Amino acid sequence: MDLTHTPEQEEFRAAARAWLRAHVPPVPLPSLETADGFAAHREWEARLAADRWSAVSWPERYGGRAVDLAHWLVFEEEYWAAGAPGRVSQNGISLLAPTLFDHGTEEQRARVLPPMARGEVVWAQAWSEPEAGSDLAALRSRAVRTDGGWLLSGQKTWSSRAAFADRAFGIFRSDPEAPKPHQGLTYLMFDLRAPGVTVRPIGRLDGKPAFAELFLDGVFVPDADVIGEPGQGWRIAMSATGNERGLTLRSPGRFLAAADRLVALWRERADPADTALRDRVADAVVGAQAYRLFTWASAARVAAGGELGAESSLNKVFWSEYDIALHETALDLLGAEAEPADGPWAEPWVFSLAGPVYAGTNEIQRDIIAERLLGLPKGRR
Amino acid sequence: MHFLPSDEESAFARSLDALLSAAAVPDAVRAWSRGDHGPGRALFAKLADTGMFALAVPERYEGLGPLPVAAAVAFTELGRHAVPGPLVEGAAASVLLGALAAAGVDGPAKRFLPELAAGTALATLTLPGGGPYALDADAAAWRFTVTARDELYLSPAGGAPLASTDPARRLFWPEPGGELLAAGAPVAAAAAEAGRWARLLTAAQCLGVGEALLARTVAYVRERRQFGAPVGSFQAVKHRLADTLLGVEFARPLVWAAAVSPGAAEVAAAKLSAGEAVYRTARTALQLHGAIGYTDELDLSLWLRKARPLRDAWGTPSACRATVLPA
Repeated sequence: MDLTHTPEQEEFRAAARAWLRAHVPPVPLPSLETADGFAAHREWEARLAADRWSAVSWPERYGGRAVDLAHWLVFEEEYWAAGAPGRVSQNGISLLAPTLFDHGTEEQRARVLPPMARGEVVWAQAWSEPEAGSDLAALRSRAVRTDGGWLLSGQKTWSSRAAFADRAFGIFRSDPEAPKPHQGLTYLMFDLRAPGVTVRPIGRLDGKPAFAELFLDGVFVPDADVIGEPGQGWRIAMSATGNERGLTLRSPGRFLAAADRLVALWRERADPADTALRDRVADAVVGAQAYRLFTWASAARVAAGGELGAESSLNKVFWSEYDIALHETALDLLGAEAEPADGPWAEPWVFSLAGPVYAGTNEIQRDIIAERLLGLPKGRR
Repeated sequence: MHFLPSDEESAFARSLDALLSAAAVPDAVRAWSRGDHGPGRALFAKLADTGMFALAVPERYEGLGPLPVAAAVAFTELGRHAVPGPLVEGAAASVLLGALAAAGVDGPAKRFLPELAAGTALATLTLPGGGPYALDADAAAWRFTVTARDELYLSPAGGAPLASTDPARRLFWPEPGGELLAAGAPVAAAAAEAGRWARLLTAAQCLGVGEALLARTVAYVRERRQFGAPVGSFQAVKHRLADTLLGVEFARPLVWAAAVSPGAAEVAAAKLSAGEAVYRTARTALQLHGAIGYTDELDLSLWLRKARPLRDAWGTPSACRATVLPA
C-alpha cells in the first residue's frame, strides 16, 4: 500500500500548476450556462488545448499528452485548486471520447476529438426522452435506414448543454421489432444545426436555459457517424459507464478545492462555539479525502488491469450527496446572507441539487449497487 | 502510487481470515463474556504464531515493527471475526513502551516488550483522553496507566468488572497507585503516539466488524422470504443496504491512508468514518434481520454489540472531528 507520487508525476504536477498560474483568468468567466459565458468558456477550452491541457489522457495525435489516469487525477487536483473555469467540453470529453476510444473508428477519432479538445465543437447528450428517463431502454426515438445513412425522428429531452452546443450523441431505436427493449438500439452522432432539428431550451431551477428539448424530424445522419455496429447501442452506451467514466465524471480535485474554500469560509465566518457547524465542516474535509482516496484505489485497480463496473455507482452516489451537503454547510455558515442567486455558494448549491438526478438517478444507482455489488435479487423497481 | 493492499498484505489478511474461520471464535467470545478466558487464550496462541502481536513492537525488543499497515490489516480481520480481548490496548501499550525506549527510557521496553511481542502476555492500557476504563484488565498480565500528570504506572490488579453493553468487553476502573515506570515529557509524547495507534487499530477493527455485519445481513435478506419473495428483492431493503455499503467502502481508504501515514488528522478521519459506518451498519443489520436480530442467541449479536463501543472507544466521532478541524 503506497500513497506517494512518482517523481515524474510530481514534475507533471509542477508543470500543470505553473501553466494554470499563468493562464487561469483572474476574474471568473461569466456563467457557463449563458450565451456569453458559453462563448467565453469555448475560448478557455481553446487556450487549454493550445498547450495540450484540454484532455491530457488522450493520445498526442488527438491533442493529449498520453498520460494515465493517475496523471489525470493529479492534473484535476491542480486544475480545481487553481480556481480554473468549469469545462464546457465535459460531456464530450468524459462521455463521448471514451466511447470513441472503445468503439469508434480511427477516422471518427481523428475527425471528432481534436475539435472537441479545442472547444470548437461542443457536444450535448441526447439520452432521455419524455417517456424514457430512468427506464432509458423504453426510448422510442427512431433511426430509420436510408441511402448512405439514417434518418432520426422523435424527441429527446433534458439534453445538457444543448441550448448552445454544436453536436449531440445518443441512442436511437433502429429495430423496433427487436425482442427486448435494450436490443435494436444504435449509437449515433448528429449535428444540432442539421435540417429537421429543433432545439427548444428549457429553463432550469437556477433560471438558466442550459438544457433543452430536441425535436428531430427526418434528420439525416451519415453512416460515418454511427458508433459501433447498428443494434449494439445499448451495450456501447453502458460500457462507457463501467470504465473511466465512473471516475472522470467528477474528479476528486473539484471537491478537495471546494472543501478548502469551505474551511476558509468557516475560519472567516464561524462562531467558534458552534460545534455543530464545525462538525459539518469537518465532515466535508473528511469526505473530500475519502473521495480522493477511494478514487486513487479505483485508479490502482484499473492500472492493474481491473474493471470498475458497478463500483462507479458507489462513486456517483457518494459525490452527488457529498456535493449537496458541502454547499448546504456553506449556506448555513453565511446564514441569510447566502440568498442572492449569483453568490459564490448559492449558484453551485442550486447546481448541486441536480446531482442525485442526472447521470443515472441515485435510486437507479442504489439498485445497481444492491444487485451487482451485493448480489441481491432483482425485483420490481 | 499503488493505493491497494500489496500481495503480501492481502495474503496476510487471508491467512488470518482462514485461521479465525476455523477457530470457533463465537464460542470463545461467549466464554470470554462469562469471564472464562481459556478459549480466548487458545485463540491468541494461534494468532501469536502469525506474528500478529509483534507488529507493534520494535525489532530490537523481539518485535517485527512498528508496521502500522500490517497491523491495520490484522485488526480488520480481528473485527471481521469479533475476536475478544484487549488487543488494541496491548498493541498501543507496545507502541508506548517502544516510543519511550526510543526517547531513552528503555527499562520498561526491555522488561515487557519481548513477552508482548510473543503474545505470551496480554496488556491493557488507559491514557488521558482515551476513555476511562481499563479493558479486560482481569485478562491482562500488565495494566499500564498514564495519568494526566504524564506518569506511567504499572497498575495493580483489582476491582470487579463493570458490565458493558458488549459483554465481551469487560470494563474496569484503573486502580490507583502501583509501580511508577516513567514520568515527564517522554511519557506524554509516547502516550500521544500510542493513542494514535489505538485509534487507528480501532478504526480497522470497526471496518472488519462492519464488513461482517453487512455480509451476514446480505446473506439473510437473500434467504428470508415474505410476500412470496426474498426480502432482499424489495427496494427499501436494497437501498438501505446500498447506503450501508457506501459508508463502509468510503471508510476503507481512509483507514488504509491512516495506516500508511498515521498522523493525527489522518487517524482521526479514519476513526470518524469507520466508527460512524460500523454503527450505521449495525443499525441496518438489526433492522433487516427483524426480531431474530434482537436475540442473544443469534451470533449476529456478537458483532452488533461491538459497533457502538468501538465507535466511541479511543476517540468519539466528536473528538475525531475536533482533531480533523482544530479551532
